[in-house]
Amino acid sequence: MLGKTAGGLFWMFRYLERAENTTRLIEAGFRIALTRPDSAGDEWASVLDTAGVRPAYDQGRDTLDGPSVIDFLLRDRANGSSVMSSMDAARNNARMVRTALTREVWEAVNESWMTLKDALHRPVREADLPEVLGLIRRQSALVRGAMHGTMLRNDIFDFSRIGTFLERADSTARILDVKYHVLLPSISQIGSSLDNVQWETILRSVAGQRAFRWLNGPDMSPRAIAEFLIRDRRMPRSLVFSISKITGNLAYLQEQYDGGYVSPGQAQALRDRLSESSIDAIFENGLHEFLVDFLAETAGLGSQIENDFRFYQ
Amino acid sequence: MSDGDGFFDELVTPDGQPREAYADYFGWFASEDVKRLARKSAEAETFFRRTGITFNVYGQAQADERLIPFDIVPRIISEREWARLSKGIDQRVRAINAFLYDIYHRQEILRAGRIPKELIARNAAFLPQMLGVEPPGCVYTHIVGVDLVRTSADEFFVLEDNARTPSGVSYMLENRETMLHMFPELFSRIKVQQVSDYPTRLRKSLAASAPQAANGTPVVAVLTPGIHNAAYFEHAFLADHMGVELIEGHDCRVVDGRIAMRTTRGYMPIDVVYRRVDDDYLDPLSFNPESILGIPGVMDVYRAGGITIANAPGTGIADDKAIYSYMPDIVEFYTGEKAILKNVPTWRCSEAAALAYVLDNLSELVVKEVHGSGGYGMLVGPAASKRELARFRAKLKARPENYIAQPTLALSTVPILTRAGLAPRHVDLRPFVLVSPDRIDITPGGLTRVALKKGSLVVNSSQGGGTKDTWVLGE
Repeated sequence: MLGKTAGGLFWMFRYLERAENTTRLIEAGFRIALTRPDSAGDEWASVLDTAGVRPAYDQGRDTLDGPSVIDFLLRDRANGSSVMSSMDAARNNARMVRTALTREVWEAVNESWMTLKDALHRPVREADLPEVLGLIRRQSALVRGAMHGTMLRNDIFDFSRIGTFLERADSTARILDVKYHVLLPSISQIGSSLDNVQWETILRSVAGQRAFRWLNGPDMSPRAIAEFLIRDRRMPRSLVFSISKITGNLAYLQEQYDGGYVSPGQAQALRDRLSESSIDAIFENGLHEFLVDFLAETAGLGSQIENDFRFYQ
Repeated sequence: MSDGDGFFDELVTPDGQPREAYADYFGWFASEDVKRLARKSAEAETFFRRTGITFNVYGQAQADERLIPFDIVPRIISEREWARLSKGIDQRVRAINAFLYDIYHRQEILRAGRIPKELIARNAAFLPQMLGVEPPGCVYTHIVGVDLVRTSADEFFVLEDNARTPSGVSYMLENRETMLHMFPELFSRIKVQQVSDYPTRLRKSLAASAPQAANGTPVVAVLTPGIHNAAYFEHAFLADHMGVELIEGHDCRVVDGRIAMRTTRGYMPIDVVYRRVDDDYLDPLSFNPESILGIPGVMDVYRAGGITIANAPGTGIADDKAIYSYMPDIVEFYTGEKAILKNVPTWRCSEAAALAYVLDNLSELVVKEVHGSGGYGMLVGPAASKRELARFRAKLKARPENYIAQPTLALSTVPILTRAGLAPRHVDLRPFVLVSPDRIDITPGGLTRVALKKGSLVVNSSQGGGTKDTWVLGE
């Protein structure tokens, strides 16, 4: 496979994942705005922080309100991470790696792009927002379904999965980091419960509110939420889950290519550290510090993968 | 439907009887509900959009992707007609390759005075860098798309020999797929020769042209300028269907005297590159130094026999519009036979007498730029307004050597499906020819382009033309 193709697959799936994650952030923010109008302003600000686009948003804007933030996150092409920009980038990458995709996957991406281009042609009215967000998630499910149903489990699949999970790990870590102060103050008081709004946004942002309740019953403690999002192996958006997937796919690549790569070991070390750590220790040493380190390590892992498999040179 | 305008209609005779090749299709059509067909036609468009068969239009402010309209009525050619056409194409393609070898070696044809020397020497399509170069297997044009038009039952004219990088073959293939998908019953009723193995044939043909340097199964790759190129869909399509890598210049570099592509496991040599990048951009070290699309150093590797470039650099000299008018001589010179396919009479505006004639008869002629393609910058006299004629007249006078003129041909018509039922529209035909050292392989079919506007003679997709599936009958 061409190095460029590996890179194209990696980014195509990163952008698809990003579009979906952004959708969830909007969904969570919108929900809060509807149910707790008082907290809405803060919530939108933290949504922008989580998406990492706050500076871009602030440029040329001095108001921070729902409709503007939603439009910026959904449609604004000046925002490289907006859903529409992500879909553009995903499709451009898909075109570039067209020969590595099955017809089904390519058509699913192309159709999603056409559908969303159409749906996001104009600013989305509040009344239509739930439907449009649902549409975006359905489209991404379509691509994922086509991928799982039709693609060979070879290096093409590995690079696609690595892109997906690197983006996901990054996203979950950022959601936690933006909210870490919410979790922190109460940590010393074991057994204390968080205000509903706060835990709800965190969980909604990763579509995990029901799963969490199933697994943890009524225990809404910060500790349980952090455990769930960092260390729970059953939770498909947790850090350990994402890093485990990356580790697995890198190990397959190592096996197929039989080369001396650096990234597989790096991923494995990161995964081991996550599994061996304890939430108590993480809180003790500082959740924020832990997350900052984690984000730096995944970014480092990303560039090592880029070098190992010759994406660009 | 009638033939009242004096154009040859391929479906029906002037008295309204279906011609032999269309008899079965016509029978089927008569029993069909036109509304159902109209629905099918709309379905086809959705199908194409989803597949992503689009092209980018040059010269439009908004470089958006557009679909080439597809018409569901097939263009049908009988086995006998095809056999004759094939013979003519075979002969012409052989002559083109012999001509190219000669032009880049001993130049016998110039010494014999059959073509003026300055026509070659001063031609931008002639590449001095190719002088004395032996392309592997002596093949210059691995892929040719000869543009033909029909004017009567037996008369076919060659409009252009596309010997550089002919495009459109993905449409030939996708049009057939679409027809099979929409009208399976037609294909069980009528025996149509298949075209779907074209990618396999292409890969075989390219592999057969591999250089000596190749070890084992030749590694073939398609070189594209990238996703923003108008024909990118086709480049990806061909690479995908051949099962070979689709590369860009920056994926490659020279490694140990070979061109190698950067793979996830390191650099891997390429034996045959099917390049869809123009000569000028192919190698910044040999041609346009500004090019970022090409592979630096590929010409040196090529000259040393380390890679096959398909088509060879410099083949443009054979399909140049100024050379075109000499094609009958070229065919005769190299094959010793009279040309089977006709050439359209051509006035070379560089010649004073010809220019005077062209200026006097502008409203009846088609004038083309010598180096133009895609229907850009051409004038169709009979369809032009007075102002357009006047403007073109000025252009002609300013740079006569830049133009050739031809009579307006009475292009044959094939019906398309309109709201009012079948209606005749003008068509051309581009069959695709593969050349390897030991054979010339013509795919039975090709791309039929159709002018969708009533009475229009311009079939180019960039100018509002559409396409049809092309059927060659027989087992």
